Amino acid sequence: MKKKHPLLGWLYLLPALLFLAVFLLYPLIDVLVYSFEEGYNFASQSYRGTGLYNYAYVLRDPYFIRALKNTFIIVIITVPLSTGLALLISLGLSKIKFLRELYQTVFFLPYVTNTLAVGLVFMILFKKTEYTDGMVNLLIHAFGGSSVDFIDGPYWAKMFVMCFYTVWVVMPFKILILTSALAGVPEVYYKAARVDGTGSFRIFTRITLPLISPMIFYLVITGFIGAFKAYSDEVALFGTDLNAAGMNTIVGYVYDMLYGDSGGYPSYASAAALLLFAIVFTITMINLMVSKNKVSLH
Amino acid sequence: MKLVLEQLTKIFPGREKKNPKDVRAVSEMSLTIEDGELVGLLGPSGCGKSTALNLICGLEAPTSGRVYFGEEDVTDLGPEHRGVGLVFQNYALYPHMTVRQNIRFPLENLKGAQKLTKEEVEERVQEAARIVQIEELLERKPAEMSGGQQQRVAIARALVKKPNVLLLDEPLSNLDARLRLQTREEIKRIQRKTGVTSIFVTHDQEEAMSISDRIVVMKAGVVQQCGRPQEVYDRPANLFVAQFLGTPRINTFEGRVKGGKLFIGEDELLKTSAPDGEYSVGIRPEGLLVDDAGSFHCGVTAVEVMGRDTSVVFTHAGSGEEQLRAIVPGGSVASDKKEQAFSVKPDKIFLFDKESGERVELS
Ligand SMILES: Nc1ncnc2c1ncn2[C@@H]1O[C@H](COP(=O)(O)OP(=O)(O)OP(=O)(O)O)[C@@H](O)[C@H]1O
Ligand SMILES: [Mg+2]
Repeated sequence: MKKKHPLLGWLYLLPALLFLAVFLLYPLIDVLVYSFEEGYNFASQSYRGTGLYNYAYVLRDPYFIRALKNTFIIVIITVPLSTGLALLISLGLSKIKFLRELYQTVFFLPYVTNTLAVGLVFMILFKKTEYTDGMVNLLIHAFGGSSVDFIDGPYWAKMFVMCFYTVWVVMPFKILILTSALAGVPEVYYKAARVDGTGSFRIFTRITLPLISPMIFYLVITGFIGAFKAYSDEVALFGTDLNAAGMNTIVGYVYDMLYGDSGGYPSYASAAALLLFAIVFTITMINLMVSKNKVSLH
Repeated sequence: MKLVLEQLTKIFPGREKKNPKDVRAVSEMSLTIEDGELVGLLGPSGCGKSTALNLICGLEAPTSGRVYFGEEDVTDLGPEHRGVGLVFQNYALYPHMTVRQNIRFPLENLKGAQKLTKEEVEERVQEAARIVQIEELLERKPAEMSGGQQQRVAIARALVKKPNVLLLDEPLSNLDARLRLQTREEIKRIQRKTGVTSIFVTHDQEEAMSISDRIVVMKAGVVQQCGRPQEVYDRPANLFVAQFLGTPRINTFEGRVKGGKLFIGEDELLKTSAPDGEYSVGIRPEGLLVDDAGSFHCGVTAVEVMGRDTSVVFTHAGSGEEQLRAIVPGGSVASDKKEQAFSVKPDKIFLFDKESGERVELS
C-alpha cells in the first residue's frame, strides 16, 4: 500500500472544518469580541474601548435580572417535575398491557404538534377574554374559587402556566426515552429479585432505577440545557413583548437587545449570551461530575 | 426439605388471534423429592422444564395441582415466602452491583425476625463465597468475570439465604465443554456439602445422569419416567426415554415376535416370552458383540476409531435409519470390513409397543 501524505486526512476534513469555522467558530469568536467592546456604535461600526463594562451593565439591568430569575425558576421547576412525571407515566405504561399502544401515541402527540398550536390550546384553557374566562377558570368556579387571569394577571399565575406549558411540551420525548429504557431492562432481573424476596419499592430503587440511570441523566442534562435556552414557548404564550409581561428569559433578553424595539446593542446581547453560556456550562459540568459517581454505565 | 408436587398442571392460554391454541406446558406432574436429594430434570427443549421450576419457586401460579415444602402447602405463596434459591440459565446477576453486593442482596431483603445484623450478613456472604470459591472476586462486577465465575456467583447468591430448595435452570449451558465438566462436579460438591434439596434442569442427558441422585425425564409437559440414572437407562419406560438417554443414541428397528422368538428382518435374535406381534426394537450400541457366528447380519458403512473403542456404523434391512451404531472394543472390526455379524446382549435390547411406545418385558 502507498504511504499516505500526512496532510491528506486534513484535506478530507477541510469541507467540514470550513463549514464549522464559518458558521460556528467565527460567530463564537465574534460574540466574545463584541462582549468586550464598550460603547459599540452600529452606524459607524466603531467602539470607545475594551473592558468588562458590558457585563457590568447587563448584570445591573433589571430586565436581565428578571430574565435570569424567570429562567432559573423555569429550569428548577420544570426539569425535575417533567423528568419525574415522565418516569411515573413510563412506569405506568410499562405495567399495563391493555391499550398500551394507544396511550403511548397519546402521550407522544404533543411532541409532533407545533409549539404555537399547543400555545393556542393553552390560550383557550387559560386566557381570559371578554366572552369567557377560559376553561381552567370555569373549573375553578365550579369548585367555588374566584377566577384568575393566567395570561395577563399576577406573576405567580403566569409562571404557573409557563411551567405547566413547558412540562407539557418536554414530557413526550422523556416518556419515549424512558419507556424504551424500562423495556430494555431484562425481565429476568425482576424474576431474580422476586425470588430473593425483594419488595416492589426496593426492586424499583435498587434495580430498575440504577439500570435506567444513564438515560435519566441524559434527560436531566439535556433538560437543563433546553430549559436554560427557553424562549419560543414564552412567546407562544405571552407574545413577543415578554418584558412587558415580565416573563422574559435570558435568550429572550439577548434577542431583545439585538432586534427588539429598544434593541441594537450587540455588545450587551453578546455579554448576556456569554453569561448564559457560562451558567449552562457550569451546570452541565456539575451534572456530569455527579453522574460519574452515581451512574453505572455498563 | 422434602418437596412434593401433586398433579401439577400449567396451561398458558392462547392469545385470541395470533396464537389461538392453549399451551399445556406442564401436565399433571407428580413427584416426591426427598430431603437432600439432587434431582435432574431432563427433557428436550420446550418440554416444560423451566415452567416446572417456575411453578416450584412460585414465579408462575399453577393452573391446577399443589406444591408442598415439607408438610406445608406453598401453592398460594409468592416466591418471596417460599425460601427458594434459583439459578437462572443466564445467571441474571445484577450488572450494576459488585459480586459482594449481588450475594448480599437477598439477605438485605429479610425482614422482621429474620433480619440479620451487619456482621451476620458479612459472615454469611463470606461463607457463601467460600463454598463456591470466589472469595477473591468479591469486588468485581459481573461483566469482569468469566462465565464459570459468574455461574458460581449465581449459586452463591442462591445459597446465601440458606434456601429450602435450590433450583438450577440449565446453569451450564453457557459454558464450554471443559468448564461444563468441571462445574458440574463443583455443583455436586456444593450440593453434597450444603445438603440442600436441589433440582437441576438440563437437556444434556449425560450431565443429568452424572450428577443426579435421581433423574426425571419429561416430554411435552408429561413426566415419562423417574428413577435412579442407571435404572432409567437400563429399564426405560418407553421408546422416548430409551432414545433420549445414552450417546450414541439407541438403535431402533422394526421387529416382530413369532412363536417365542424375536426377529429383525430375516435375522432371529433371541428367545422371548413376549406375545406374538409387531414391535419397535431398541438395541443399545454397546449391546452388540462382534461375533462371526452371530445371527445379526449387518452391512458396515464405516469403522470409526475412537481410541479405546471403535464405533461401527452399519445398516440393517430391519431399520430405516442409515446411521446405526455399535460400540465395540478397538481393533475387533477391520476398517475395510463390508459386512459383520453380531450377537446381542439380552439386557441391552428392548421391545416397545408399536402404538403406545411403552416397553414390553422381553422375558
Ligand atoms: N409465558 C408463556 N406463555 C405462553 N407459553 C409459554 C410461556 N412460557 C413457556 N411457554 C411454552 O411452554 C412450553 C414449555 O416451555 P419451557 O420454557 O418450560 O420449556 P423448557 O423445557 O424450559 O425449554 P428449554 O430447554 O428450551 O429452556 C413451551 O412450549 C413454551 O412455548
Ligand atoms: Mg428452559
